[in-house]
Amino acid sequence: MLDTFYIAWRYVSFNKIKTATLVACVTLISFLPLSLQLLLEESERQLMSRAVSTPLVVGAKGSSLDLVMNTLYFDDEVPELITVAASNRVMDTDLALPIPVYARFQARGNPIVGTTLDYFDFRGLKIAQGRQLAVLGDCVLGAKVAETLGLEPGDSLVSSPETLFDLAGIYPLKMKVVGVLEKSHTSDDLAVFVDLKTAWVIQGLGHGHEDVTKLRDPTLVLKRTEKNVAATAKLYHHNEITEKNIDSFHFHGDLAQYPITAVIAVPHDDKSGTILRGRYLSQEETRQIVRPEDVIDGLLQNIFRIKNVLDAVISVVALATILAIILVFALSLRLRQREIQTVFKLGCRRATIARLLTAEIFIIVIMSGVFCGAMVFLVNQLSNDLVRMLFIR
Amino acid sequence: MISIRSLEFYYRPGEFRLDIPEFSVTKGEKVAVIGPSGSGKTTLLNLIAGIMTPLKGTVSVGDIQVSGLDDRERRDFRITNIGFVFQDFELLDYLNVLDNVLHPFRITGALTLDREARSRATNLAQDMGIGDKLKRNSNDLSHGEKQRVAICRALLSQPKLILADEATGNLDPDNKGLILDLLFQSVEDHGTTLLAVTHDYELLKRFDRVVDFQQFEGHDK
Repeated sequence: MLDTFYIAWRYVSFNKIKTATLVACVTLISFLPLSLQLLLEESERQLMSRAVSTPLVVGAKGSSLDLVMNTLYFDDEVPELITVAASNRVMDTDLALPIPVYARFQARGNPIVGTTLDYFDFRGLKIAQGRQLAVLGDCVLGAKVAETLGLEPGDSLVSSPETLFDLAGIYPLKMKVVGVLEKSHTSDDLAVFVDLKTAWVIQGLGHGHEDVTKLRDPTLVLKRTEKNVAATAKLYHHNEITEKNIDSFHFHGDLAQYPITAVIAVPHDDKSGTILRGRYLSQEETRQIVRPEDVIDGLLQNIFRIKNVLDAVISVVALATILAIILVFALSLRLRQREIQTVFKLGCRRATIARLLTAEIFIIVIMSGVFCGAMVFLVNQLSNDLVRMLFIR
Repeated sequence: MISIRSLEFYYRPGEFRLDIPEFSVTKGEKVAVIGPSGSGKTTLLNLIAGIMTPLKGTVSVGDIQVSGLDDRERRDFRITNIGFVFQDFELLDYLNVLDNVLHPFRITGALTLDREARSRATNLAQDMGIGDKLKRNSNDLSHGEKQRVAICRALLSQPKLILADEATGNLDPDNKGLILDLLFQSVEDHGTTLLAVTHDYELLKRFDRVVDFQQFEGHDK
């Protein structure tokens, strides 16, 4: 047996290109379905664990999937906005703790999540460096954001404009990094957390500027009365909140009408949750309340239906590849007829010849298995990050 | 050593047919077989080696009636009693020189690849003048060197009989004589019988006996 493998190994290692091609083919057709299965399992795990840990989400009526994906995973698709009044309404029911979330803006490709301190307790997020949010303009970074951008407490981070062409739109705000969170292996690692009011300042709903009552430049004053001073658009708005100018920042209008993207509702118990859901069943209701677990479950069902199609496609490709490999071996046998006849003339049995050829196939399969195993192991090790990169934020 | 009686063989009825009433070779003899192409010389070697079986008659090598053995017995007989030297050397290009020489020992359980066999292989290679090329790939050798490797392979199992089918056919004139010298020397040293098919009339005088195949019936009937 050893001699058989020795000769087979010699043949395989001599014909490097043919061997490499065959090994690559077998490795790929084995690796693809396995890695796909791994990634999908990891996707399911990540999606479901996040969804299961979030009891209820209140948002505008419309796509429940968009609402859940934006609220839980800070997806780029921003759902229709609601107001803080929706959060106050949940608070008033006394059935659940409301946690408003405003996930609309970005900073260097990372989502900015405006929320309250309750969010951190709810998600069990701990500070690894620095401190928690305290004043307007502070931001706390997810572990991955800090690592990728090379930021730490004391540094600053500028928000990104929504569009370069809307001059009256969201303008950049220079935020102060006050803390970095511990790694949570969730979407929170990839977010920049700010207070809700800071998010509104980014939007331009809140601003800070010179005291208009003390303006001396006449080109800055549009109209001056006893009770009111209207400034012109030339008035400079601070784009960084500092100790010196923080007192100048203010918000106009009713804060209850200020926008948010969703409210995470944490019911006090199951019964409260059921009652709360019942409050949003009316036809005239302009808000929806969803269980993220149900929404993600529906998504996964669709994903697995697609996976079945993918599996079928991969099976067909695998079959074609196997047939091609068989053809390669058959043609190879034909080319080696002379060698086989010589070996037969020397006194080799047909069974031994078959064993030699089988040993060659076995070596190729083993080599493919090793490569496939290594690649699958690598995918398994990196599945958390891969899934986040490929499928979810 | 070789004894053939009333042999009849053909591939298909009505086609080429081999009829040999009597043919023999004594032990230690060096016999050349000549004849036109297609006359059945290689077929004769295959019948003696037990690769094919005659339709009628007997083929014996030493005390063994080869024609009466079954498939497995003929293979075992062949590997332990017969050494082949082919015109095209028939070396395996993915093996080095030493592995080519040892190849028959790896492909059958009838021979044991032990230290003695390896030592014998090395000595044979030294005798053939290729002792320094054992680790080289057989593809890197000249034709003459390849044929020396083939002769080593044929002799390694210490066979009773060497069958050489146009062993010098692919060699240049200088190498022909050299290879024949080496083959004859090895055959004499090991007490082996040699039956060689050849078209090389210039080398015939070196053999003990020359058999012209035209004396046998080798035509359509």
